[in-house]
Amino acid sequence: MDALTGAWTWLTTGANWRGESGAGHRLAEHLYFSGVCLAVSCLLALPLALWLGHIGKGGALAVNLSNVGRAVPTLAVLVLLTLTPLGRHGDLPTILALVLFAVPPLLTNAYLGMREVDRAVVEAARGMGMSPWQVFRKVELPLAYPLVMTGLRVATVQVIATATLAAMAGQGGLGRIITAGFNTYDTAQVVAGALIVGALALLVEGLLVVAGRVFDPMRRRRSTA
Amino acid sequence: MSTPNCLAANDWICAEYVRSRAQELTDATVQHVWITVVSVLIGLAIAFPLALLVRARPRLSGPVLGVTTVFYTIPSLAMFSLLLPLLGLSAALVVTGLVLYSLTILVRNVLAGLAAVPEEAREAARGMGYGPGRLLWEVELPLALPAMMAGVRMATVSTIALTTVGALVDYGGLGTLITTGLKSFFKAQVLTASVLCVLLAVAADLLLLGLQRLLTPWTRRRGSGGAGRGGRIRVAEAG
Repeated sequence: MDALTGAWTWLTTGANWRGESGAGHRLAEHLYFSGVCLAVSCLLALPLALWLGHIGKGGALAVNLSNVGRAVPTLAVLVLLTLTPLGRHGDLPTILALVLFAVPPLLTNAYLGMREVDRAVVEAARGMGMSPWQVFRKVELPLAYPLVMTGLRVATVQVIATATLAAMAGQGGLGRIITAGFNTYDTAQVVAGALIVGALALLVEGLLVVAGRVFDPMRRRRSTA
Repeated sequence: MSTPNCLAANDWICAEYVRSRAQELTDATVQHVWITVVSVLIGLAIAFPLALLVRARPRLSGPVLGVTTVFYTIPSLAMFSLLLPLLGLSAALVVTGLVLYSLTILVRNVLAGLAAVPEEAREAARGMGYGPGRLLWEVELPLALPAMMAGVRMATVSTIALTTVGALVDYGGLGTLITTGLKSFFKAQVLTASVLCVLLAVAADLLLLGLQRLLTPWTRRRGSGGAGRGGRIRVAEAG
């Protein structure tokens, strides 16, 4: 309990939030990296996955990619990238690692979402004279939507976790509060940093769940079904 | 002979490093393996009864799956830090964190495995006079094994990768070599430890696949009957 009251005191002390290494700046850094990298990853992965799913090719790649992604330690990639010449370009290693770990879940889930659309429904849509674009836009995409959103959620959780780990590779972000606390044996700060990171991850996950429901193109039909 | 010079030149690949630090590498690998094995075994020992409980009381499925998903959402660095006041700088801290992560995958896969048991098989066993215990042990468990093993493989592979974060409290196995290598800018140490880590994950995956084949000889005749289902669970839950 001591640690929790200590963490609470840390969190409610205004001075800890201000300045270059304050929690406010770290949070902004964290959100900025995560947001940019997630957007880039979506732009890279989603069109490719949806297209591959539409034409029905490249399944082995899409599925194996996420298995490989799980076997590779995030920390190792972050440290390796930091030691390459890229490490001299400030935040580049973090950004690259974030994209590398966000792409597999996006790609795999979007691809599977497209492939799991009932073939009979697609055939029926073709039979009604829909063009390939109409089939994609009006039939496949709405039916694939839940898995695409699952991929987005998994990727977001991964991105926030990776951005936190970047601190162990000497980069910025909220993880720095935790590693700085470890370096000064300040348990209160470590726990406070962990609470901020945990709360952020859960909040973002919750928001995505809600957003997924609100923007579901099949919302009314699914709920009555 | 240019090999010893690769240490001085700080090359990425250095045979001299592997030779001269063989003991250090072995110790780190051994630590990595035991932390992973203990974590997955404890995870399985908790996940299995939990899955049985959820199956017996479906009302509990929401809370149990919800809580394990929350664990999975919390970034590893934060998870280990939150356990610090409770467990201090110890191997127990790393193992506890890894167990909590493995629960999400294991509980879901055990449940999926049990759900995949055909109702007819259950009925037939009951008709033959099997009690609940014998039904579980001799009928349901073997039939649920492919999906459960898919979960164990997934949990093991991701635990091996996550163990590296234990370097935070100096119990990270190969991860500790990675972070100390970063501090001294020792490229060969970082690359060697990283590669060993990935090799460890691949080896564990293949070993468990072999074990699964050995335990379920009847699936081989049916071809890839269980693989499709396992594959889908794998992707939907953890990506």
